[in-house]
Amino acid sequence: MEQKSILGHFGPYGGRFVPEALIQALDELDSAHKAALVDSEFQRELDVLHRTYTGRPSIITEAPRFAAHAGGARILLKREDLNHTGSHKINNVLGQALLTKRMGKKRIIAETGAGQHGVASATAAALLGLECVVYMGEEDTKRQSLNVARMKLLGASVVPVTTGSRTLKDAINEAMRDWVTNVETTHYLLGTVAGPHPFPTMVRDFHRIIGVEARAQVLELTGRLPDAVLACVGGGSNAIGIFHPFIEDASVRLIGLEAGGSGVETGKHAATIVGGTPGVLHGTRSYVLQDENGQTVESHSISAGLDYPGVGPEHAYLHDIGRAEYRAITDDQAMHAFALLSQTEGIIPAIETAHALAGALQVGNELGEDAILLINLSGRGDKDVQTAAQYFGIPL
Amino acid sequence: MKSLKEVFERAKSENRAALIGYMPAGFPTSELSARLINAMVDGGVDIVEVGFPYSDPVMDGPVIQQAAETSLRNGTSAQDVLNLVSQIKAPALVMSYWNPIERFGVENFARGLSHAGGVGVITPDLTIEESAEWITTTNHHSINRIYVVAPSTSDARLAEVTRACSGFVYAASLMGVTGARNSVSGSASELVARIRRVTQLPIAVGLGVSNAEQANQVASYADGVIVGSAFIKLVLESNSDDDSIARVRTLAEQLSEGVRRS
Repeated sequence: MEQKSILGHFGPYGGRFVPEALIQALDELDSAHKAALVDSEFQRELDVLHRTYTGRPSIITEAPRFAAHAGGARILLKREDLNHTGSHKINNVLGQALLTKRMGKKRIIAETGAGQHGVASATAAALLGLECVVYMGEEDTKRQSLNVARMKLLGASVVPVTTGSRTLKDAINEAMRDWVTNVETTHYLLGTVAGPHPFPTMVRDFHRIIGVEARAQVLELTGRLPDAVLACVGGGSNAIGIFHPFIEDASVRLIGLEAGGSGVETGKHAATIVGGTPGVLHGTRSYVLQDENGQTVESHSISAGLDYPGVGPEHAYLHDIGRAEYRAITDDQAMHAFALLSQTEGIIPAIETAHALAGALQVGNELGEDAILLINLSGRGDKDVQTAAQYFGIPL
Repeated sequence: MKSLKEVFERAKSENRAALIGYMPAGFPTSELSARLINAMVDGGVDIVEVGFPYSDPVMDGPVIQQAAETSLRNGTSAQDVLNLVSQIKAPALVMSYWNPIERFGVENFARGLSHAGGVGVITPDLTIEESAEWITTTNHHSINRIYVVAPSTSDARLAEVTRACSGFVYAASLMGVTGARNSVSGSASELVARIRRVTQLPIAVGLGVSNAEQANQVASYADGVIVGSAFIKLVLESNSDDDSIARVRTLAEQLSEGVRRS
C-alpha cells in the first residue's frame, strides 16, 4: 500500500478519489497510456495526425504592437489557436481517441463548458469512427448554442445537464455517472489535467508538445530561453502543456493566469489557486473553491472555459513549491487585453486566452524591454464574438 | 447500542438478512429527518445509514441527488449529521463522500462520530490508496470502515479492499448509480460469491433494491440488504409530514418481512 500511494501524486495532490467501480478502467487506461508512451507505432500515428490534421507544429508570432503596451518586452505568441477546431484541446483529444481504439472501446463521452473540448471530442470521434456523447450544463448550452450546433453537425449527441449549477462542474458529475454505468464499452475523454490518475499525467503528456515545440522555436528565434512563460489556467491543460518542458529551466518564470471574475475579493471568481483551499473534487486532491462544510462553491467568470471550481493537481504542487506563480485576472482586465490584441495584431483571441494576455501586460511592464515573454495563445475568439459584442456594446 | 457484528449475528440466527436503510441528514428538514429515520427503525430497519449531503455526488442517481440538494439548501453541516446520529435508536453509519469529511477534519469527524454513538462510515469515493490517515484514525476511535466494491472489481482488488474494511462489505449490485430498478442485477449474486472467497466479513448488497420481493431475492445470498432511494421517493411523493412518516414505516415493515429467508 505504501508504494501504491505514490502513484499519480504531485506532492500531497493528485491521486484517486473515485468509486471502486472505476478502478479497473483507470488501471487499464494507465497501462494503455504508459505503453503508448514507448510505442513508436502509436507515436508515429499521433505525429502523422498532428502534421496532417491538427496542423502542427503551430507557429510562433511576434506581437510588437501589442508589446508596446507591455513595457516594450518582446512578446512571442505560441499559436495554438491555429490548430484544427481552434484551440489546444485537439492535442489531448486525438491522443485519447487513439488510446480508446487501442483499448477496443467504441464509445467516448466528454464534458464541456464553453464547448471547445466537446467540439474537439466530436471531431476526433468523427475522424476515428467512434460514438460520441457530450455532457454540457444547460446554462452553457444556452450561452454557447453555436458550439452545440457544431457538435451535432459533427455527429455527436449533446446532453444538457439540469442538475446542480447546470455548468461544467455538473457536466463532469453527469459524465462520471455515465462512465460508472457504461465503463466496459466507454472511454471518458476528460478534457483537462484534473480528475483521477492517470488523467492529470496523461493529458499533460499529450499537451507537452506545445512546450516542446515552443522551447525550440524561441531558442531558434532569439538565441535564448524566454524570461517568462504565461498561460491561462482553468483546469490548466494548456498551461501545463507549455510549462512542463520549461520546469527544469530555473531561469524561466512560469506564470499561470486564473479567472478573477469580478475580483477575488468579491467571491465571484474562478481563481482556484489564488482564492481556494486544498480539497478533493472530481477524483483528485488539489485546490478547490469550497465552503466551510466542504461543499463546492459555484465559480464565476466571463470565460466559460475557465469557469471551473477546481484546478489540475500538478499546478497546485508547482504553486506550493514555488516553481510556478499564479495570479488572478478580472473579467475587465481580460476584456481589455482581448480588444488590445485584436486591434494591435489582428488576432482575436479566445476570452480564456485573453487572461494570459492581460498577465503579459502586467509582467512585461514589471520586467521591462529586455525581457522575452512566451504566451500560450491557446484558442481563437470566434466562439466568443457574441459575448464580446455584448460586453463592448456592439449591436448584433 | 449493539455493534454491527451483533446485528448481523442476530439476523443470521433468525434466518434473515439484516435490513439497512438510508436517509440523508437534513432532508426534507432537519427536524423531520430524525423522525423519518426512527420510523424506519420502528418498521424493522436494523442499521441506519445517514447520508452526509454533498454538492457533487457522482455515485448517486436523481432521487438522492434531489434529496441532497434539499438538504444543502437547509444548510446541513457535519455537526448536524453528528447530532442526527446521536438521536437514532439503532446502530448508525454515516455515508459520505470524502471532501466533507476531510474539510471537517478526519480526526474531528471520527471522534465526533464516536461520541455521537455512530458505529461506522461508508466512503464511496475513498480508495484504499488514499486511506492511510483514515485507517489510523478510525482504528483509534473504533469506527468501522465500509468500502463499496463493484462487479468490475477484480478478485485481487477485492482481497485488498475487503482487508481494509470492517463491520461489513458494501457490494454494489450493478455498474451504475443509486436508484430504484425494476429488477436486481444478476451480477450481484456473482459478486457476493467472489467476495465470500476473500473475506469472512458480512456482505450487504445495495443499489437498485426497492421492494420486499427484491429484498427477499437478495437476502437469499447476502447478509444485508441496503435500501435508500425507495425510502426517499416516498418522502418526495407524500403530502404531509405524518404521511411521509407512515409510508416510510410501512415500507420498512414490508422490507423487514422481505429479508426473511423462507
